[in-house]
Amino acid sequence: MSQSLTGIAASKGIAMAPAFILEQPDMDIQKKSVSDVEQEAARYKKAVATAKEELTLIKDKTLKEMGEDKAEIFSAHLLVLEDPELIDAVEAKIKEGVNAEFAMKEVSDMYVSMFESMDNEYMKERAADIKDVSKRVLLHLLGMENTSLAEIDKETVIIAEDLTPSDTAQLNLAYIKGFATDIGGRTSHSAIMARSMEVAAVVGTKEATSSVQTGDFVIIDGLEGTVLVNPDEKTISEYKEKKEAFARQKEEWAKLINETSVTKDDHHVELAANIGTPQDMEGVLANGAEGIGLYRTEFLYMGRDELPTEEEQFEAYKSVLEKMDNKRVVIRTLDIGGDKELPYLDLPKEMNPFLGFRAIRLCLEKTDMFKTQLRALLRASAYGKLSIMFPMVAAIEEVRQAKAILQEVKEELTAGGTEVSDAIEIGIMVEIPSTAAAAEIFAKEVDFFSIGTNDLIQYTMAADRMSEKVAHLYQPYHPAILRLVKNVIDAAHKEGKWAGMCGEMAGEPTAVPLLLGLGLDEFSMSATSVLPARSQIRQLSKKEAESLVEEAMTLSTSAEIAELVQKRGFITEEM
Amino acid sequence: MKEKTFNITNDTGIHARPATQLVNKAGQFSSDITLEYNGKSVNLKSIMGVMSLGVGKGAEVTIKADGSDEDEAMNAIEEVVKEGLGE
Repeated sequence: MSQSLTGIAASKGIAMAPAFILEQPDMDIQKKSVSDVEQEAARYKKAVATAKEELTLIKDKTLKEMGEDKAEIFSAHLLVLEDPELIDAVEAKIKEGVNAEFAMKEVSDMYVSMFESMDNEYMKERAADIKDVSKRVLLHLLGMENTSLAEIDKETVIIAEDLTPSDTAQLNLAYIKGFATDIGGRTSHSAIMARSMEVAAVVGTKEATSSVQTGDFVIIDGLEGTVLVNPDEKTISEYKEKKEAFARQKEEWAKLINETSVTKDDHHVELAANIGTPQDMEGVLANGAEGIGLYRTEFLYMGRDELPTEEEQFEAYKSVLEKMDNKRVVIRTLDIGGDKELPYLDLPKEMNPFLGFRAIRLCLEKTDMFKTQLRALLRASAYGKLSIMFPMVAAIEEVRQAKAILQEVKEELTAGGTEVSDAIEIGIMVEIPSTAAAAEIFAKEVDFFSIGTNDLIQYTMAADRMSEKVAHLYQPYHPAILRLVKNVIDAAHKEGKWAGMCGEMAGEPTAVPLLLGLGLDEFSMSATSVLPARSQIRQLSKKEAESLVEEAMTLSTSAEIAELVQKRGFITEEM
Repeated sequence: MKEKTFNITNDTGIHARPATQLVNKAGQFSSDITLEYNGKSVNLKSIMGVMSLGVGKGAEVTIKADGSDEDEAMNAIEEVVKEGLGE
């Protein structure tokens, strides 16, 4: 019977093959008393030695196939495996007369819970390493086979609850076409590995392992985030076509990595990427982005119980600036408050969080916190081409105040002998209609604008797109939105400044021709949209896009405008 | 016994890579080597012990080596610390 599951599209591609269910071995560990403690200790030593051999092999293989970065995790595993404190603790328990399995499990559980309770992402990840290593030793003690992914010798897709680092490292890419897991998100370990190995993956399906059996024919659609179990012939042939089309498309896109984003009539625009953490840089570089158009710094502040230090921030900003090698990096100062909470800031509950105390409004009041971030940014500016962007600006006084604080921090730093770039651009996010409507006032006092479409649309239309009954009013091509965007771009150009867009709209195939025609200078989007957008732009002409905008400006609805773009053939065949 | 005190100036403290390097280096010697911080002392040959201390920037730590190769051990460790951790 055919069945379809939905999850999170974690790695692009389409895989079609019989499934292999990676079962979690049922390790039921009982406490037993042993009489020959010497022999039990020897059994433990042997299990550790075998695990060490295996890990060394995996490490070498990873080093060869995936590079030093990915192999490092196994160096850490080896250190955990041979940790003298862990070994002593296990051996001490064995000497008391308990079985090696139980001793190992108790000691590793103790370390796991210790690391899991630490309030530090890095330490929490170490807990996963300890679990992985201890599972390996336990399997040997129990005489169980570590289900060997390495032995698979025909085309297969893997279905698992989750994949550990050592599981993913063993995948033989000649046969493993993709995988689907029950748990995990776009940033979980297995998802990141899948993208770097370029295999199709869907994670977080909740029920893949319970819905699929080994041998079932499975299609993993890493473009849409779906898993099809035992599809019919017609579906299979449709997917074969989709798979081939994607492969062709990818080849075409890959050719554009080092190309510029120029229209047929020689107009250049900048295609940049949005990032949340320095880890996203891998994707940015792999997709040939010409800059970072939006670095959301909130993630540095989230998932912890105190503010990040100046050093932590400095390291993060510096690493992104260095990796971009003097290409522009727009870093947005903290955009928190409202719906995005930081429990440790103890902000008041509000009736209308979206219209409340957030972003620059919050930073201008909590100046100590703001200054720490600005100091980190200014120090990092020596390592690349930095642009600083203030979010949620509604009035020019906010810009003046923020700039004054920035200047104060800069003077303190330079007085202390710290190197600060003197070419930092200062810009604002344009996401509040007041700023978009009065853009010419702002253009005189900032170096650039970046239009945040998600908020601009919802504030202009007074419609929350998460609210089902009014979602139809969230209209990206509404005549008012186009006029506001036009006003912002024109105001910037009149003052010789540049205008960009960092909302989701910037990468939409329907929006790209309109934005090009309106004169947008920089388009910032998720890294994976950069190459498709570049491919589209290279097939457009600025002149035609301008005439498209002219006609669009005469229409009255969002739907009519979107239809016009389609009708006039501005959207090339896209996946 | 050899004993030395260091100031950790590395921005992220003793984490990740520097911890791995320290532990690897300590493991090459037969002396007992300990790391003391904040009133707690751990075996410097234990990665989990070292990381469990959560040594951050600005911390003052004491390293003690006791055994037949304590001099060589202390010199080698001092080198690792000065290379990436502090002074």
